Amino acid sequence: MSSIDAATAIEESTRERAHVEIGDYQYGFHDPTDKYAFTSRRGLDAEIVAQISEMKGEPGWMRDFRLKSYEIFLEKPMPNWGGDMSGIDFQDIFYYVKASDRQGKTWDEVPEDIRKTYDRLGIPEAEKKYLAGVKAQYESEVIYGSLQEDLANQGVLFTDTDTALKEYPEIFREHFGTIIPPSDNKFAALNSAVWSGGSFIYVPPGVNIDFPLQAYFRINTENMGQFERTLIIVDEGANVHYVEGCTAPTYSSDSLHSAVVEIIVKKRGRCRYTTIQNWSNNVYNLVTKRAVAYGDALMEWVDGNLGSKLTMKYPAIYLMEPGARGETLSIAFAGDGQHQDAGAKMVHCAPNTSSRVISKSISKDGGRAGYRGLVKVQDGATNCKSNVVCDALILDPESRSDTYPYIEVDEDDVAIEHEASVSKIAEEQLLYLMSRGLTEVEASSMIVTGFIEPLVKELPMEYAVELNRLIELQMEGSVG
Amino acid sequence: MSEPAALKIENLHVSVGDIPILKGVNLEMRQGETHALMGPNGSGKSTLAYTLIGHPKYEVTEGSISIDGTDIVELDPCERARLGMFLAFQYPVTIPGVKVADFLRHAISNIRNPDRKEGEDLMPMRDFRKELRDTMDELNIDFEFARRYLNDGFSGGEKKRMEILQLAMLKPRFAFLDETDSGLDSDAVRVVSEGLQKLSGPHMGVMIITHHERLLEYNIPQYTHVMLAGRIVETGDAALAHELHANGYAGVRERHPEAAAEELQAQESTT
Repeated sequence: MSSIDAATAIEESTRERAHVEIGDYQYGFHDPTDKYAFTSRRGLDAEIVAQISEMKGEPGWMRDFRLKSYEIFLEKPMPNWGGDMSGIDFQDIFYYVKASDRQGKTWDEVPEDIRKTYDRLGIPEAEKKYLAGVKAQYESEVIYGSLQEDLANQGVLFTDTDTALKEYPEIFREHFGTIIPPSDNKFAALNSAVWSGGSFIYVPPGVNIDFPLQAYFRINTENMGQFERTLIIVDEGANVHYVEGCTAPTYSSDSLHSAVVEIIVKKRGRCRYTTIQNWSNNVYNLVTKRAVAYGDALMEWVDGNLGSKLTMKYPAIYLMEPGARGETLSIAFAGDGQHQDAGAKMVHCAPNTSSRVISKSISKDGGRAGYRGLVKVQDGATNCKSNVVCDALILDPESRSDTYPYIEVDEDDVAIEHEASVSKIAEEQLLYLMSRGLTEVEASSMIVTGFIEPLVKELPMEYAVELNRLIELQMEGSVG
Repeated sequence: MSEPAALKIENLHVSVGDIPILKGVNLEMRQGETHALMGPNGSGKSTLAYTLIGHPKYEVTEGSISIDGTDIVELDPCERARLGMFLAFQYPVTIPGVKVADFLRHAISNIRNPDRKEGEDLMPMRDFRKELRDTMDELNIDFEFARRYLNDGFSGGEKKRMEILQLAMLKPRFAFLDETDSGLDSDAVRVVSEGLQKLSGPHMGVMIITHHERLLEYNIPQYTHVMLAGRIVETGDAALAHELHANGYAGVRERHPEAAAEELQAQESTT
């Protein structure tokens, strides 16, 4: 069922099938905001940028970095590709919102309203079961943080990025902004100007972290802009798996999430970065993520995009030295009113490097999901291998899938493979499953779950279960 | 045992798009009976099978299909399955990423508990696995298949055995086998035939749709029906199946010249 021909043949009858609604977004609730410690006035100018820096008590270099970034942001045009960003009004956004005036080391120290939210999201429970450390960011600031003691004793650093600037100024300044400079793109410049929160991780040489470190990002205020900044440094031969999850309330007007994530994986290091993004359908999610991998290092992005109004995100891996490997697994699910413009970038800067991209996109109810990717091989990067596989599943004739694979190769001695397929849920598949007693919803849900199975099986059990549950929720009818 | 249930097809007319395929089919089958449905290509055998399980492409324009007096024409395929209808497909589709065991556990949970709603409890894993393992042993299917993706990369013979496995697990009241023996080598036909023979019993009515006789050697039909141009033109016993196998359909066409003319007409209009 992977050919387009077979799919078009059944289009007519697909149209007649019962319309499957996206299930209610279950994280759409919000908390009261009247007890907040600080909220910047709406809109953005140099004064707000300076105020954020001042509120945080930052050193002069960071204040200057922010102000310069703000200027770059003003100069840079909006991207004229990707999705429709005309709905973003930069002057209608709250850039800095501090809900609590301190960070809790136990959940009891977190203000009750906020704690309840994380309880509903199941974070404290997950922490007890299978996480080595947790950061919870609420609005602009991280309001809870933990790290297993034995990891702290081995020199692992896991803090919010603001704390890292204060407590580890040297290693911070050495790496901050080196992978993604403010001039990279308009949204990277914006983040550089107003960043707040995010995770800072340092894993010392040879330290292997068995359980994932997790950050959970939550937007609560309407028209909130969340601009977390994450910096991960995996030293030689070290290993970490970092996981982030994101949700927001459902409001009638939009919020903006624009993160910058920089990762450095030194020789023989391994880093896996898993995102399960489930923003409500009124969040613009415009994120710049980039990693550099040195000799024999392995960098992996596992990128699940289920929520948001518009996501534009292309996690990149620069393979800097021989033996470096990069892998991106991307799942995008677009329902009614959603556009997922997701993808991957692989840049081969050295010989004997290899990359692999597997992308699965699903669109339904008029949603639009696509893959936009770049494989680049620099001159002299001989004997590189790259394999890109993109599969799209379109659930109804109103929905859309796009594939934009860019390949730039300046070297002859390379092996680049690209495969793409588009399929529609075939009437014959539905009939087969339904003729064995499955309802239409069960049947189409099973087909979708099967479609992403090769990717989900790469995830740790807990996240695979979570992802499958979210997909099932997306597939369920809004019965009730 | 209670009175065997009856499937009754009366004056069934079915179209695909604007083209009428079935033109008044009458047939009755009870639990415990074995029927053979024969006929030349294009006579409507597969159309009848698809219509019975509720394929949305096949539109019933006249007539009725009922189980014990309840009309099922308006029911969707999953409701019909829960009432005990089953089709072993001629060309089972591939469902990538869906494991045979997961699929079957959902299916069996719905069939055994027809009122089950989405998301409600599935059959307990332990009971399910035991039953699946026992059934696969009995049908000589390697248990490894339970973990494979449904029909993905299966050979023709493996697909057909998978259909028989589903039949064995779901225990329908009325099973239709659409050319389950076609495209198989003689060993595979023997395996499938023996499998079906084991499964047959007083609770299952079986309709074997076939061009060949091999499946019928193991599963002797009490009734043989012959289709021509969208109607059942003759019904006999096992001897009729034997005769058709030996002599082909020329005799049938001679005895039913009107239907034969319609068959010719339909063939001309499609070429």
